[in-house]
Amino acid sequence: MAEIISKKSATKEPGRRPPAALDKADTGDQISRRSFFSWLSIGWFAFIAATGGFFTMMLRFFFPNVLFEPVQTFRAGFPDDYTIGEVDLRWKNKYGVWIVRNNEGIYVLSTTCTHLGCTPNWLNSEQKFKCPCHGSGFFKTGINFEGPAPRPLERFKITLADNGQIIVDKTIKFQQEKGQWTNPEAFLNV
Amino acid sequence: MLEQFRETQFYKSIFRGGGVPKSRRQRMMVVLNSVFLHLHPVRLPKHAVKLKFTWCMGGLSFFIFLILTISGILLMFYYRPTIEYAYTDIIDLAEQVPFGIMREIHRWGAHAMVITVWLHMFRVFMTGSYKPPREFNWAVGVILLLLTLLLSFTGYLLPWDQLAIWAITVGSNMARAAPFVGHEGPGAALLAIGDINFVTMGSDMRFALIGGRFMGEGALLRFYVLHCIGLPFIIMIFMAVHFWRIRKDGGISTPV
Repeated sequence: MAEIISKKSATKEPGRRPPAALDKADTGDQISRRSFFSWLSIGWFAFIAATGGFFTMMLRFFFPNVLFEPVQTFRAGFPDDYTIGEVDLRWKNKYGVWIVRNNEGIYVLSTTCTHLGCTPNWLNSEQKFKCPCHGSGFFKTGINFEGPAPRPLERFKITLADNGQIIVDKTIKFQQEKGQWTNPEAFLNV
Repeated sequence: MLEQFRETQFYKSIFRGGGVPKSRRQRMMVVLNSVFLHLHPVRLPKHAVKLKFTWCMGGLSFFIFLILTISGILLMFYYRPTIEYAYTDIIDLAEQVPFGIMREIHRWGAHAMVITVWLHMFRVFMTGSYKPPREFNWAVGVILLLLTLLLSFTGYLLPWDQLAIWAITVGSNMARAAPFVGHEGPGAALLAIGDINFVTMGSDMRFALIGGRFMGEGALLRFYVLHCIGLPFIIMIFMAVHFWRIRKDGGISTPV
């Protein structure tokens, strides 16, 4: 920064007198008009950069690093804990999933209605999921058959741990309409 | 006696010009020198105050806004925006706090303001008052309508009952489908490098809005701050522009 001043003052002609109004203590290291403007532009650039930086901070501020939400990957016990032909409700409130076991194996259904995101109820007597918000209905497989829901319920990744426990990973989902239910991780053969 | 009082320095320091305005010019100066009146037109044409032309919907909207601001501030003395207390504080406000009607005033006032703002818009449309030179003020009015609806929407969550939670669940799911900034919206899949998606459930617009992936503490607190500070602050700026522009655009429109 000091360089800029000295450079500017060096280019100034030594014999030239400043205007009368500025004719005060013309010692050479006084800030000239030109260097004043370069300082001013540096100042403005710094201010704009700082403001821009702060707006970036503001934007990032809205995305917290730690969430106080249920974990997305959890152990759901052993396959034998689940009865064949039943929809298991034990993880519905805590993790938002139904675990369904049929004759071939086990799959995990999301409890989020594909219409507008409410939580349907499993009606055992009618063997269907029924959403209380707008009346969407889903079969036990998760396929939609009534109401406004446009697509089947989503399934989550299900695998077995080394000790034989089921691991459900909610960060990976499989959608029937995209043909993803045939993925081996969408279904656990037992 | 009153005349004498008007001549004192005390009165004159507050109301510049002093005394009863005797000429048209003095009357104008009274309006121009008051911070509260200067947003208003200096003179009003007779037709402008006819109820059958204006319906008084703009004025009523502003009046209801004032009621909502005052009753809202009063509610803030009792309401705590946490999952533990929010719902019980609302019950407490209705059943235990003196004048339990305060919360109802706020609630019904909110409904009323949405209605009056819509009717105001309808009136402005039907009288052609959106036409030049008032087209900019129409745009400001649309923003004010949007802000009114957003204030309603954010206030909806605060009772933290089943209706509130699911209404906001449904409402905020719209943000999922926003182009590029919503993780289920068009273009979101394009914002990725290899297998890494930048717009996911944990980083999209909905996440910023509700402070999490699911409706919870974060959503309640964010909506509370938006409802009580953020949106009222913005709407007041736009309201000032809106009222001021009525005057600058040549006063209220004339019936054909």
